[in-house]
This record gives sequence, C-alpha cells and structure tokens, in this order.
Amino acid sequence: MVVAKVCGIETEYGIHHVGGDGNPVASSSLLVNAYVSDLARAGWDFEDESPGNDARGFAREGSMPPEIETHLVNAVLTNGARYYVDHAHPEFSTPECADPLEVVLYDKAGEEVLRRSMAAVRRALPEGQSIVVYKNNSDSKGNSYGTHENYLMDRAVPFARIAHLITPHFVTRQIFAGAGKVGSETAGNAGRDITFQISQRAEFFEEEIGLETTLKRPIVNTRDEPHADPQRYRRLHVIVGDANMCDVATFLKVGTTALVLALIEDDAFDGRELTLANPVKAIRQVSLDLSLAQPIDLADGRTTTALALQWELFGLARKYAEDRGLACLGDEAVGQQVLQRWEDVLHGLETDPSVVADKVDWAAKLGLLEAYRDRHGLDWDDQRLAAVDLQYHDLRPERSLFARLDTERLVDPQDVLDAVTEPPRRTRAYFRGQCLKRWASSVASANWDSLVFDLGTDPLRRVPMMDPLRGTAEFVEELLDGSSSPAELLARLSA
Amino acid sequence: MAEQEKKRRPATTTREDTTTEETEAPAPSPQGEKLKAELDDLLDEIDEVLEENAEEFVRNYVQKGGE
Repeated sequence: MVVAKVCGIETEYGIHHVGGDGNPVASSSLLVNAYVSDLARAGWDFEDESPGNDARGFAREGSMPPEIETHLVNAVLTNGARYYVDHAHPEFSTPECADPLEVVLYDKAGEEVLRRSMAAVRRALPEGQSIVVYKNNSDSKGNSYGTHENYLMDRAVPFARIAHLITPHFVTRQIFAGAGKVGSETAGNAGRDITFQISQRAEFFEEEIGLETTLKRPIVNTRDEPHADPQRYRRLHVIVGDANMCDVATFLKVGTTALVLALIEDDAFDGRELTLANPVKAIRQVSLDLSLAQPIDLADGRTTTALALQWELFGLARKYAEDRGLACLGDEAVGQQVLQRWEDVLHGLETDPSVVADKVDWAAKLGLLEAYRDRHGLDWDDQRLAAVDLQYHDLRPERSLFARLDTERLVDPQDVLDAVTEPPRRTRAYFRGQCLKRWASSVASANWDSLVFDLGTDPLRRVPMMDPLRGTAEFVEELLDGSSSPAELLARLSA
Repeated sequence: MAEQEKKRRPATTTREDTTTEETEAPAPSPQGEKLKAELDDLLDEIDEVLEENAEEFVRNYVQKGGE
C-alpha cells in the first residue's frame, strides 16, 4: 500500500579548478571546506546570540587551514542537507522533502550553497585561481557523474515488481526530464552522426537492473539502504536521471516518478502494464530521437513511442488521482499540479519541443544552440557549441547561460535563500536541522537516521530517527522551543 | 473548460488521438518580432560571456566519473 512519497535529490557537481593542479578530490575538499569553515566561524562568533547562523559537520575540522585538509569533507547543514566530497566531486544531498515542490526548493537551495562555496573559496585561493562548478552529468569525453533521486516506499511491495513497472517510466521520462547535450561520447554510439541528444546520462546505461553506479550502470539500481525502519520502508535509489536546471523539469522528474511509484504500491495498473522488449536499447534510442515518434519495441511484439508511453502512464495516474486522491505525494494540491503539468508538457512536446523551452532543459538548450549556430553559421562539431552546452550548466551568475533564459520558476527566490539554512518542516529533517541550528557544538554526529549528542559528561547519547515522517515540526517544534539546552531536550525525549 | 478537457481525453489517450487539434503554428506577429529581438539580445549576451577560447575551455573540462 502506498506510503507518503518522502523524496530528495543528490547532485554530484562537475568541478573545474582554474589555475589548480588538477586534483579534483583536493579541489572539491577546498570548495566544500571553504563553505563549512565560513559557517563555523559565524557560529563561533555569535554563539548563544545568533545560533541560526551555525552549521557543523561530523568532525570539528572547520577551523583548520584548508591546505592541510587531506581527508574528505563531510558536513550536515542546518537545513538538514548533507554537503560533502564524493569521489572527485562536491555533492549536495537535499534533506528529506515532503513533496516534489519542496524538492525543487531544496535543489535550488543546493545551487545557492555551491555558489556561496565558490565565493568563499575564491577568497581563500591565491590570486588567479578559482573553482567553478557545473550542474551537469558529463564532461563530453565519456565520464559521467550522477544525479540521484530517492523515494520512500512500502517494504511490502516486492522489489522485482517495482523494477518491472518503473522501467518504462525511467526509459521515457527523459522526454521532459532530459538535460540535453551536444554529440555523444560512448562506444555504443561510436560512428553515428549524432548532433544532439535529449539526455546527458542515457547513453551511459548498460544494464536493466543491478547494484553498480559507476560501471555497467543499471536503469534500476538495487541498492538497499533504507536509512529508515527496514521492516516498513524501502528507499528506492534512482540513478537514471539528469541534473535539471529548469524548475519545471525537476518538479516533473520527481513528481511523475513519485506518482508512478504510488501506482505500483497500490497495484493500480489495471492490467495495462507495458513491458519493453529491450529497455537498455530503448533508453538510448529515446535519447537520440528528437522527433519523440520513433517506434519502441514492446515485449509482446507491438510497438509504442516515448510520447505514447508517457500518455499511457499519465492516463493511469489521472484515473488513480480520481479514485484515491494524491495526498500520497505529500500534498493534494501539489499532486494535482504534477498531474496538470504532466499533461501540459506532453501536449507541448507533441506540438513542438520549442513550446516547452521554458520548462524542459533539453528543449531550452537545443533552442539556444540552434539560434547560436544560425547566427555564426557553425557546424555541429564546432567547439563553441560544446562550450554553450557546458556553460548552460555553469552556476556562476555572470557566466551561466541558463540564468539568461526566461524559464518558468516554481519557487520564490527568497524561499530558496531561506531554504539554505532552514530545514523542511514536514519530515525528520526538521529535527536534524533544528538541533544543528540550536546546539551544533553538542551534536557529535548527524546522519540520515540518527543524531548523536555529546553533552560533555555522559556517554554519547544517540537519538534514532527511523521514521522519516516523525521529528517533524508538528511533532517536535514545541519540544525544541521548550528546551533550553540539549540536556533538557534529551531528558524530555526520554521522559 | 476543465471538464471538457477531461471528456475529450480518455485515460487511454494515445498520440494519434491528440495530435489532431493543435498543429497550426502561430503566424508571425508583433509578438514574434518582439521574441526575435529578445533572442538577438540574448545571443549578443552569449557572445559576451561565452568562454573566450571555446576549444581550450572544452578540452580542459575533464571530470572523473562519479557516483
């Protein structure tokens, strides 16, 4: 049976250290550490007076000079997010969000954290050096890095059924969630004349299902790490998406996926399940088909198209909404907005992708590339077009091409700034973020499903948070407001 | 209006059902001229902010695989 679709996004950012020595791990550490150190200093200065400025990580390395940092930085922020170095990239993981619109808000707050990090590290670096981040998923040379989504699910639904039913959506949702890119970069597409494709990531997928994320990437990832009560919950870890710049694209990517997962949990396919003959072949094919009209083989011998398949899923979702409502998406009105925007974007795409260029990244980027190409009479392999592609994702306001486009915004800029420090109110991220805001120096470590307090005298005290829907403002705001110290909070929690 | 929309599009809508009504592209108009002017401005701006040596910029953007 459906459970509330608590969800979030983890984004690995591309990083370029101008004037650096080419060690991306060190550069990523410098970047993240510059941000965390700045926050730690503010917290130190105003401790007891302005606790809202404070944020701390697992370790107390905040005040050490960045050049002697050799280990990977890993911080938990007062908005409940995690900000760290993963492999050779800075990664921002949103806090657990209650609905898809909240994911958009915290995804954008993540961009702001990265922008502030770039500014902070510039002050610390020697003259002539800077670190620049790109919110994309490929370097166009065969290296890809991920944008992963997470969805809370009912443990009782067999995983094989989830994998089977979600695959057609993962293969085709790129028609509105793809970020677009110039050319291709994998052996599978070698020798083909590919000018532009819909997805940054699609061509990197080689398996239908599996545990890998870096090699032989699977469309459905099987990582089983619920970060919650494993008897009740599953966390579906989704590695098949692109990083989106457009608010609407992020909203639809997360919203439609949450909705299809609800259909799966409530067994609402009504016998109309579609099985693709070859999902790996199909996901690459869809990425290359700008007409959205090429036939995709189904297992039963019939064919469909990416658009028709999305219309089919939309139809099932609308029926589901009529029968049961969409409160499972965290908020009925937000759920209805997902449905309406899903329908609108499919209509737009079948009219002409340029119609949705203010909502869908690949359409926005393609329009930009075609206009720029026309103006200068460029061939598709001209490096200026590759530069436009890259710079679309540049997060610096003075360089970002995306920021120059008039795309539709779903979240208020002031709300985004607030979300840099304030946690969501309707998930356990509220408790995590609030404890860090109020008592960072007493929090020894923070994780998705627990907080560990160090009160100075007693043994460390661990507070488990095994339910993502507890620890919300509704449950703990009064308790937090009524506690003048972490010791008092813990006493009241165990009372 | 919303009701009409619902009746017109059954749950099993397919591409064939929905392509019939909105194939006409809007004719050029004052609004179209305005859009073109805006696009020109945008392209001017891109010329200004695009990394000067595109080839070197693209070549130097090399990432380690992640995840």
